[in-house]
Parts: sequence; structure tokens; C-alpha cells
Amino acid sequence: MNSPLFEFTNQRLTYEGRLVLDNLSLRIHPGERVALIGGSGSGKSTLLKALREQCPDQIAWCPQQPGLVPMLSTFHNIYMGALHRHSVFYNLANLIKPLPAAKRAVSEIAQAIELQHQLFSPVDRLSGGQQQRTSIGRALIQERSVFLGDEPVSGIDEYQSEVLLNLIFQRHNTVVLALHDVAQALRVCSRVIGLKDGAIILDAPSAELEASDLADIYGISDSSLNPPRQ
Amino acid sequence: MIAASKSSHRDSSAKALRNTSFWFAAVALLCLSMADLDISTPNPWGELGLMAAGALSPAVWSWPTLLTSLANTFSFALQGIALASAVGFVLALGYRFTLVRAFCAFIRSIHELFWALLFIQIAGLSSLTGLLAIAIPYAGTLAKIYGELFEEVDPSPITNLPNLSHKGSLSRFCYTVLPLAWRSMATYTSYRFECAIRSSAILGFVGLPTIGFHLETTLSEGNYSEAAAFFYALLLLIATLRFWLQKRLLPLYLISVFYYLPPQAQTSWQLVKRFISEDIVPAPLRGQANLNAESLGAFGQWCNQLWQHQIWPGLINTMLLGQIVLVFTGLLALLLFPLNSPLFFRGWRGFGDAILILLRTLPEYLLAFLGLLIFGPSMVPAILALGIHNGAIIGHLVGRHTDELTLRADVGTGLNLYFYEVLPRIYRQFLAFLFYRWEVILRETAILGILGITTLGFYIDSAFEEFRFDRALLLILASAMLNIGVDHFARWLRQRLHLKSIPESL
Repeated sequence: MNSPLFEFTNQRLTYEGRLVLDNLSLRIHPGERVALIGGSGSGKSTLLKALREQCPDQIAWCPQQPGLVPMLSTFHNIYMGALHRHSVFYNLANLIKPLPAAKRAVSEIAQAIELQHQLFSPVDRLSGGQQQRTSIGRALIQERSVFLGDEPVSGIDEYQSEVLLNLIFQRHNTVVLALHDVAQALRVCSRVIGLKDGAIILDAPSAELEASDLADIYGISDSSLNPPRQ
Repeated sequence: MIAASKSSHRDSSAKALRNTSFWFAAVALLCLSMADLDISTPNPWGELGLMAAGALSPAVWSWPTLLTSLANTFSFALQGIALASAVGFVLALGYRFTLVRAFCAFIRSIHELFWALLFIQIAGLSSLTGLLAIAIPYAGTLAKIYGELFEEVDPSPITNLPNLSHKGSLSRFCYTVLPLAWRSMATYTSYRFECAIRSSAILGFVGLPTIGFHLETTLSEGNYSEAAAFFYALLLLIATLRFWLQKRLLPLYLISVFYYLPPQAQTSWQLVKRFISEDIVPAPLRGQANLNAESLGAFGQWCNQLWQHQIWPGLINTMLLGQIVLVFTGLLALLLFPLNSPLFFRGWRGFGDAILILLRTLPEYLLAFLGLLIFGPSMVPAILALGIHNGAIIGHLVGRHTDELTLRADVGTGLNLYFYEVLPRIYRQFLAFLFYRWEVILRETAILGILGITTLGFYIDSAFEEFRFDRALLLILASAMLNIGVDHFARWLRQRLHLKSIPESL
């Protein structure tokens, strides 16, 4: 097997000084599609942050809070992901007046995430779901091999979210997603990692799992598999 | 349990506020007992009457003079603020470096009139002098505000971007932090522009061709009707700004002012060189290629003399007056804020706030000059002028702060409302504003020395008049150090008392 992309051995992960994950050992190889599941506060976000720090240059980052710049347009918020590919003069000129090449690149992505009609409206006029898509667009334009997403589709309806996830899989070799929808995690990912009480309590290929196996992670009965939204 | 511990914390912090206020007031009373409060003019009421008569019968002696001085005042202010915001922006980019912070604190601690007096020696009474005198201290102030705004914006947009190298950091900044801070920057800069117009007007008092020049002449000659015309013109300029100084017309105005009053000066490198290498070098060290024990001894003596006869008395008087003014400002602000509060003057609030804004618009230096004509040289004019100007500024802000209060429905009225409901709730914010303003008050206190009150400005002005630039520079540095020291002390106090202060329009 090829060498792992991410690797933790007996690691302690903290968030704001608080211990979140203790004694963590984990390997993720290139080409894997991993879903992180677990209740709120179980350490999914902390783990994703730690993954991002391991090889920041390869990662397209899609955080839970989109952290957009409200007064700028969707176009600029998406383009932001590509700042590092251009000179500062090009970027500044594009900030004042969108340039043709940048417009083409961003339009292509906007089309894929169905934001082409909102491209030039300020992002604070968009709905929550549209803002989340903008955040995905900002990650897609980075054109990296690894996608890390923290609940990237949590506010989007099931059909749409599956379309978006497929888009993410198409364009990235390795994908790690924190997902709250367990059924969806099983459907789209090849490996599921379950977190609870500061530890990994489940790590298996999704083909070997059933939705009912995962109920324990949320500490609820298996009949109601829609966990509370965060 | 939680409630109990919270309330005991409140009690102790309220006690700290009370104690601090008590000591500030006590020290101010002590200062008041030592201050020179003589009224030396034979008939102050008579003079005031003449002024009032003049104010009621404004007369324009020469329209071209009036309009030219008005245009000059506007031009210096706009050029100055344009340059200051550009330089301030660049400085703000490096505001996390201590050296940059210190540099900004230093250039803003020297009042624009002192900068003007310095540049007059090199560049004469020129348009360049006017521009630099405003641009330099304002650049320091704007850098501080911009820098603080950059630090306060939501950090998540920038941390979410791929962070490969420092190469793209300017691009990232311009796409995230800058748009997030932009609106506040614009608001604050436009407020500072109003201040710059006052500064520009005041530059006339040291000879630049702005409206202050004619105010000084006409007032000194007792031509109060003519003075009133210049004064109203200035008020009108400031009051109507928002109607005609619009964002999209700004480039046009900028081009016009640089075309109308291009920054230039009749100067030579020789003059500049001489000023730097000779004039401002302390007299005992002048022309000495290398330092020896003898010249150093003479220098020590020179410093000692200057310290005993000018710096120390100047510092003491500046602090004395500054303390009285600070407390007086506070009292006035507490008295005036109901004018701009929906809780007290519901229907009349617009009118009340207009009074506060008018008082704020009056340049403190001009008020002090008027006071001097009425009461004669003492600390009285300075206390009144600075108190009224600053009290109106803080009163306006505190009044606006009362908008955010939600009181119960059966709340009392009048004095009960004021003392039981409103004052306790706004007191913390009030102190925050007052301490934020302290540095400015002290800067102004020093500058009023030019009018003959023996603060540092008095000695600085005398040194310039005697062409002793070495002394002038050292005294200016002393006043700068005092301001920086007070600024630090005020910040320490604000932190200790947990006072939050947003800079907005202070």
C-alpha cells in the first residue's frame, strides 16, 4: 500500500486549550473518501483542523462557518480561493473590476454549484444554503487534490447535497468530510470514522456497515437515525 | 449562586469606577486651587457684549478675501486628510510591529500647530507647510484607527483561505480584511475630515492663509462684526459638508484642490540642511565635530537650565490645566448628554443634538482666543474653551449611547430618571469615552500655551519667536512624551476598569 497522506500516532488534539481527542492514531491514504461522524462536540472539527495542518498546501478547505466577506460579491468570494495563483496586481485589478479570465474560471464553478445567477450580487443577500455553496465554490477553485469539508452540505436539501458531494468527489482525489447525515455518509463515502467521547470508536469500510451500526455513536436508539442538527 | 458572584463582581467594579472618579475629581480640585484663575480684563461683560453685538451684525469686508480663505481652509484640510489616509493606511498594514506603533504614537502626539511652526522654519508660510502640518499628525491618528479596525474584523474569512506563503498576503488582505473594515474606515475618515477643517482653520493663527488668519486679525482689532462673518462662513462650510462633499464627487474635489493650491514651497536643500544640522542641534553641541567632555558638560548644563526654567514648569502647568479640563469636560458631558438622548428630549432631540454638534464644531483654539479677549490671560479661557468643545463631543456620544438602553415601562422621569436609571447605566461608557479623549485634551492644553497660558506651548512658541529652534524641538519632544505617557496611562486605566471603548468619532 502507498504511504499515508495523513498520519497520527498516539496524538493529543486540543481545542482552545481543552483536550478533545486523546491518544489518537489514524491513517488516511490518498484516494480514500472518508466520512467523520459523531455528535456535536465529539471532535470532528478539531480533527479536520489537525488534518489541514498536516499538509496545508494540498488542501481545499471548506469550513463549517463559511466565513465569507459579506460585502463582496459571490464572484469575489469564490475567486478568493485562487488568490495564490495570481500576482497581487492581477488580484487587485480583479477586485476593482472582474477580469475576463477570472470571470470564465469562476463562472464555470458557479454553474456547477448553481450560483450563476447570483454571481454578482453581494454575498450577504444570499440565503444560508447559497452561502454554503459559495464556500464550496471557494474550495473548488483552489484545485487541490485533497478536500476537507466540515458539514459542507448541512443546510442543503438531500438531492442537491448529493449533487454537490459528487462534484467534490469528481474534482478531488482524497476527500474527508464531517457529515451528520449517517445514511448519506454510508452512501457516498468508502470509509466511516465514528468519534465519541474523545476517541475513535468506529473505523470501517462503509460497505461493511449498516445505518443501525452507527446509532450508538449518537447515543440514540436506532429507529430515529436523524441526529439533531448542530 | 452565579447571580450572587456576578453581582459581587459588579459591586467591586462599580466601586472601582466610583473610587477612580473620586480621585480624579479630588486631584482636579487640588489643581484648581493652584491654578491661575484671575480675570484681568477690567470689563469682561462689556467685551462679551461687544462680541454679542458683532455676532448679531456680521459684516463681510471683502468677499474675495472671505472666499479665498474659505477655499484655502478646505484645500489644506482635504489635501491633508487625503495624504494622511494614504500614509496612515500603509502604516496600519504594519501596525502589529511595536516600532510602527511607537512611530504613529509619536507623530500624532505632536499637535498640528507645532508641526506647522516647525515646517514654517524650513518651507515658510507655504502650501506645503499647511499640507504637511495636517497630514503628519493625522496620519498617526488614522494609522492607529485603521490598525485597530483591521485587528477587530472577523478573522474567519482570511484563515479559511489557502495560506501558502507570505507572497500572497497582500492579496488576501485586500479580499478579506479590507472590505470588512472599509465602511468603518470611511466613516471615521470622514469624521476626521471635519476635524481637519478645524485644524486647517486654526493654522491661520500662526500665519497660514486660512480662515484663522483673518479671525485672529479681526478679533484682535475688535472688529467683531467682520470676525463674525468669517466665523459663520466656517460654520457653514462644516455644516453643509454632507450635502456637497459626496463620495462620487470626491475625485473631482481632490483634483480641484491640488490644482487650486499645489503643495509647493520656496525652499532649498541648504536651508533644510542647515535647519537639521545646525538650528535644531542643542546650542552647546553646535559645530562640534566630535564630542568631548567640555561640550558634553555644557550640554548637560543647557539641559538642566531648560528643564528647570521651562520644561518642568511647562509640564506642571500642562498637567495641572489638563486635569482641571478633563474633569470639567466630564461634568459638562454629563450635563449635556440629555440633549442628544431620546429619554429626555424626545421631540426636541434633533435640536438638542444640533447644539452639541455646533459646540463641537467650534474650534477649541478659537474659543480660547475669544475667552482670552474676554477674561484676559489666565487659565479660565482655556478651561472654558476645552471643556465646552470636548464636553460637547463626549455628550453627543454618550447621548447616542442611551439609544441602546431598554428601561422598564414604569420608569420615573426628570432627575429621578437621570440619577437612578440612566447615569448608572451609561457611567462606564462615559468614562471610557473620557479616558479615550484624555490624550487629545492634553495635546490641546499644551497648544493653548501659544495664546499666553504658561503650558508647554507657551515656551515652545517663545522659543520659536526667539529663533531658538534647539529649545523649541526639545520642548516639543517633552510635550510628545507627556502625551504618549498619558495615552499609556489612560489605556492601562481603561483595561483595569474594564472599560470598552470603540474609537468611532473621538
